[in-house]
Amino acid sequence: MATRQTQGLARLMRAPAIILLLIWMIVPLGMTLYYSFLNYNLLNPASVSWAGWFNYQYFYTDPAFFAAIRNTLVLVLGVLTITVVLGIAIALLIDKPIWGQGMVRILIISPFFVMPPVAALIWKNMIMHPSYGVFADIARAIGVQPVDWFAQYPLTSIIIIVAWQWLPFATLILLTALQSLDGEQMEAAEMDGAGPVSRFIHLTLPHLARAITVVVLIQTIFLLGIYAEILVTTNGGPGNASTNLTYLIYRAARLNFDIGGAAAGGIIAVILANIVAFFLMRAVGKNLD
Amino acid sequence: MGRITLEAVTKRFGDVEVIPPLNLDIEDGEFVVFVGPSGCGKSTLLRLIAGLEDTSGGRILIDGRDATDTPPAKRGLAMVFQSYALYPHMSVRKNIAFPMRMAGVPQDEQDRRIASAAKALNLTDYLDRKPGQLSGGQRQRVAIGRAIVREPSAFLFDEPLSNLDAALRVGMRLEISELHNRLRTTMIYVTHDQVEAMTMADKIVVLRAGNIEQVGSPMELYRAPRNLFVAGFIGSPRMNLITGPEAGRHGAATIGIRPEHIRVSATEGAWQGRVGVSEHLGSDTFFYVEDTGLADTITVRAGGEIDLHHGDTVWLTPDMGHLHRFDVQGSRMA
Repeated sequence: MATRQTQGLARLMRAPAIILLLIWMIVPLGMTLYYSFLNYNLLNPASVSWAGWFNYQYFYTDPAFFAAIRNTLVLVLGVLTITVVLGIAIALLIDKPIWGQGMVRILIISPFFVMPPVAALIWKNMIMHPSYGVFADIARAIGVQPVDWFAQYPLTSIIIIVAWQWLPFATLILLTALQSLDGEQMEAAEMDGAGPVSRFIHLTLPHLARAITVVVLIQTIFLLGIYAEILVTTNGGPGNASTNLTYLIYRAARLNFDIGGAAAGGIIAVILANIVAFFLMRAVGKNLD
Repeated sequence: MGRITLEAVTKRFGDVEVIPPLNLDIEDGEFVVFVGPSGCGKSTLLRLIAGLEDTSGGRILIDGRDATDTPPAKRGLAMVFQSYALYPHMSVRKNIAFPMRMAGVPQDEQDRRIASAAKALNLTDYLDRKPGQLSGGQRQRVAIGRAIVREPSAFLFDEPLSNLDAALRVGMRLEISELHNRLRTTMIYVTHDQVEAMTMADKIVVLRAGNIEQVGSPMELYRAPRNLFVAGFIGSPRMNLITGPEAGRHGAATIGIRPEHIRVSATEGAWQGRVGVSEHLGSDTFFYVEDTGLADTITVRAGGEIDLHHGDTVWLTPDMGHLHRFDVQGSRMA
């Protein structure tokens, strides 16, 4: 890609792809922005009128709004913490050569292949159900009152389900990083008198920093949009206890048929995602260079 | 102090015996080189001494104390690895400080030792850089610095120069020899390069398939190789080995004569041949003489100004005082 001629040609050749991607992104965003300033309800689609900032005002003053933002952040942070910590622990365990290694690794990765609504349904009906879930069986077996997970700890339950789904991803990325750790470095540290804990803190963790950053960034993108798990388990309730921003937008659009309000929520979600991305990149982005 | 004794040390990986029972004495302050072809067990032996591998039998004594089951960090040995094994996210200063930090050495003592090691190794200007910003030679010096500050009773080097280019290798070879002269600490050095062994060692241990073939000073090994393996391994270019009737004339199964112990003449001599490839190094010229009827080629060293060319007929005369005779088993004959 050196000479001036090839550069000009290259620009021309990649233009169609870039223009297509731009349209692909700009058109939905522009339409969402446009709708967010309209009074547009599907129950009365004939009367569409300019609303100004009303939709934003309405969304902002909704008592569910701040609860939803809080829940969104708790959900993201909770799942990130669990997946990174457990991911490192499991990666360290299965990094060692063991009998049946291939089988163990496939089993550990498999939750990732289960579709989110299916996974949530299994958790809801077979594991966390207060009367015939596995947890309830265990509680009764040890003589404790079973927990009604989705009523008592709705957000925690969803965090557990989502963390279960994303743990394989984190484990996989961290395992690959762990495998690239130089064995001689570890031996050098061993000779330098560093015990297992010191070696983990001074060598393994810094080595994993980049992989952890990748896990955090990619997962955050997906976790901000968690929706299916909430829909099939708690429906955002009780009250707004497990409603996140995505679910709130869904509620506006599909339960209240309020296209304008939902579009305003969408724009707010985009802004929130950008704020999160900004702080995230400042916090961990330096690990990526 | 750094006297290391191996008593019948054995290493097996599963059913494979990598090192059969082996005995070796390393005196305090000695520079010992383990040399041998790749896969001869020299690195394994070093790792056994370091404690990075468990012995399958025998005892390792360090300064008279049984250290066979002592963990690596407690043996008082420092190791320099082939890949340098620096900690990539730590600055040079922190790399060098790491073993002292782990040992709980007070901060001012740490600073003092770092400063003196950095000065000795020309690293003072690089203390705040990361290993990734250093050249190969500098990284190697950091690795040595990290070993020095521990003030070990012996240094272990595992092929430390094999990742460096030729010019740097010669320089580092001198630096390590100088370091040994200054510190007078025991050093055990593993290499497959017989030039490194010859130039640096007080004592060379030649290994083959885990067995010690010969132990001795470089010149002892050069003058009186105990068998064909050592004869072929030590010395560059390799010793010429001749079998057949010519060897029989000297009452041996194989005779060996080094390239530098053969006289070349265009007119007269004991063996006739034809010049094949010749390598002019300036100071010396190496001829590969063909069609002698003795061996495929006979390597000969001659002066730099000699005027012989490809295809010329030459006469070779071995210096009888430097003829090595080996019996059918390949052992040296008196």
